[in-house]
Amino acid sequence: MSGRERILGRVRRALADVPADDPSYEQAVARDYLRAHGARSAAETVHLLAANLADYRALVHRCSEVELPSLIAGLLTDRGATSVLVPPGLDEGWLAATDVTRVADRADSTPHELDGVDSVVTACAVAIAETGTIVLDGAPDQGRRRITLVPDHHICVVRVPDQVVSGVPQALERLDPARPLTWISGPSATSDIELDRVEGVHGPRTLEVVLVG
Amino acid sequence: MSGTFVGMPAFPKAAHEAVGNATLRGNLRHATHTIRAKRANAVAEVSDWAQLREAGKRIKDHTLRHLDRYLVQLEESVTAAGGVVHWAADADEANRIVTRLVEETGESEVVKVKSMATQEIGLNEALLAAGIHAYETDLAELIVQLGKDRPSHILVPAIHRNRGEIRDIFRTEMGEWGRPAPDGLTDSPAELAEAARLHLREKFLRAEVGISGANFMVAETGTLVVVESEGNGRMCLTLPRTLISVVGIEKIVPTWRDLEVFLQTLPRSSTAERMNPYTSTWTGTTDEDGPRAFHLVLLDNGRTDTLADEVGRQALRCIRCSACLNVCPVYERAGGHAYGSVYPGPIGAILSPQLRGTSSEIDASLPYASSLCGACYEVCPVAIDIPEVLVHLRERVAQGGPATRAGNKVVLRPAKGHAAERAAMRAARWAFSHPGALRTGQRLASRTRRLHPRTLPGPGRAWSATRDLPAVPAEPFRDWWQRTHGTDGTDGTDGTDGKKGAAR
Repeated sequence: MSGRERILGRVRRALADVPADDPSYEQAVARDYLRAHGARSAAETVHLLAANLADYRALVHRCSEVELPSLIAGLLTDRGATSVLVPPGLDEGWLAATDVTRVADRADSTPHELDGVDSVVTACAVAIAETGTIVLDGAPDQGRRRITLVPDHHICVVRVPDQVVSGVPQALERLDPARPLTWISGPSATSDIELDRVEGVHGPRTLEVVLVG
Repeated sequence: MSGTFVGMPAFPKAAHEAVGNATLRGNLRHATHTIRAKRANAVAEVSDWAQLREAGKRIKDHTLRHLDRYLVQLEESVTAAGGVVHWAADADEANRIVTRLVEETGESEVVKVKSMATQEIGLNEALLAAGIHAYETDLAELIVQLGKDRPSHILVPAIHRNRGEIRDIFRTEMGEWGRPAPDGLTDSPAELAEAARLHLREKFLRAEVGISGANFMVAETGTLVVVESEGNGRMCLTLPRTLISVVGIEKIVPTWRDLEVFLQTLPRSSTAERMNPYTSTWTGTTDEDGPRAFHLVLLDNGRTDTLADEVGRQALRCIRCSACLNVCPVYERAGGHAYGSVYPGPIGAILSPQLRGTSSEIDASLPYASSLCGACYEVCPVAIDIPEVLVHLRERVAQGGPATRAGNKVVLRPAKGHAAERAAMRAARWAFSHPGALRTGQRLASRTRRLHPRTLPGPGRAWSATRDLPAVPAEPFRDWWQRTHGTDGTDGTDGTDGKKGAAR
């Protein structure tokens, strides 16, 4: 007998007490919790996102569409970056004001090559105000998962207020589970030394979020 | 479960040794008290916590009650998304499957995301026996692995170590495994984290095989979810060509939407954060992004035996947040090692004896490793009534009875150590069903009360060593009632209460 049949057989014998008319999934699960906590205007939601991102040590910047290229150029200069990873579908205008060396996100680049790049600039799929979270879904303006992981400096652009939701339930509605998702809430951190939070382990130690709009 | 802890003494003995260690007690007290207040704040931010907790409980209960259906659905979804599903009835089978999968890649080292399931089955030891080196990449797991130590907490396996001890381990051991610790390493947490970053980076960048667990598996979509902080999980899940995930069968949720509950309750309960720094979700394989091959090993290893117990099965709702450890007065003082399992604390006290059975000394003692204060139930984000299961398991240990082991129904014999308890209970049952004997006995006890010893003799000595025996009153209650309230001594009322009389 295969492991599969053995386990499924054990499960069925273990559940002999469950009646045939046991409540369905829809009946069994109460959904009386909130979709979002509190009523906020769009502007207040963006403000909460900025506050919660900053609370977990992300560096938050706000600008208009027109100011974005010079802001990104300034962030890369301040960082002293000489190279930047660029997802294939990133708006070309975003990097128009910088002469930092662009490195394309290619399928055949090795992790060691990525490790030699200073920064990465991406868009995002959605941002969650209540938790201070940005979500990447691998779309062309965000690139492969590893490009936002190996470099030590990540600049993520969020279009506000369109890409911002209040709560976690609203974010899941907007996301496609078939795509590989990365939820990011502040820079890499750990609570492993005396259960106290320290920023900066394996992921980018500096996360800069630019709220555009 | 793993053979790591074979030969563990019973909980009382191990705990007795642990509470004598002042450093350990200090470390645990500091860490658990730090997180307690933070968790309370994180939970208080969410006005619908009670509703989220109830929804989480119901989602898990429903899934468990139809687990066969959801397992089959998950297998179909994962397979359709390009993954390969394997089934492992026990630890040996899981270890054989993973070892074979690694051997087929031709690699002799793997990087690992922190995973309770792979600790439970002793995967690292099994891989090493086949010549494969497994590198733990979670900071706390790294501390445990470098220190040749055992984990003592679900979330923070090195919680028993303070920063000074961690620095010493890094200084002496890192060079043995790869890049040594930087010169002049101090005990500042930021420097220790930096040392771990440097030490592990070379391993991540060359890794060809990653091994993980998962926090959740979504049946309808075949999506797996890993919740983490450091980015080591992302490294292991995206850089290697082959990813192998070993996940307990109870980690399923039916739908994508169900994650909206657990992604709110898990971070706030475990690290007391609104959201943990990184959460990764993946569905099978994705072209040109991440691993080319994905294997999911579904693990039973005692879970179906636990499922067969109608009271005990609620332990399978556990999402491994570790909130119950952090509030437990027994865990705070005894530490995680005394529980003799990778699952310590209150949840371990109900999970280990169910996954492994109660035949060993340590497992038979775990249901007693509690004061039944109920703090664990209060904080549990899926409302596992841990005290209820503890009492249920105590009954099973003391009285024996039906249980399921490795899928077979068995009848457990009563444990030897509880003979005196059972004899006392039998005597009490007889006395309470014979009023005359009870009255005579009580009067005799009252009259001889000046002669009673202060401690019990024989098997009762251990019990009375730390407790005062209750003082026997000068007059039994029933005699006092009859003297002060009784008329004829037959009904216990004075006959003047018309309502009572009418109600009878």
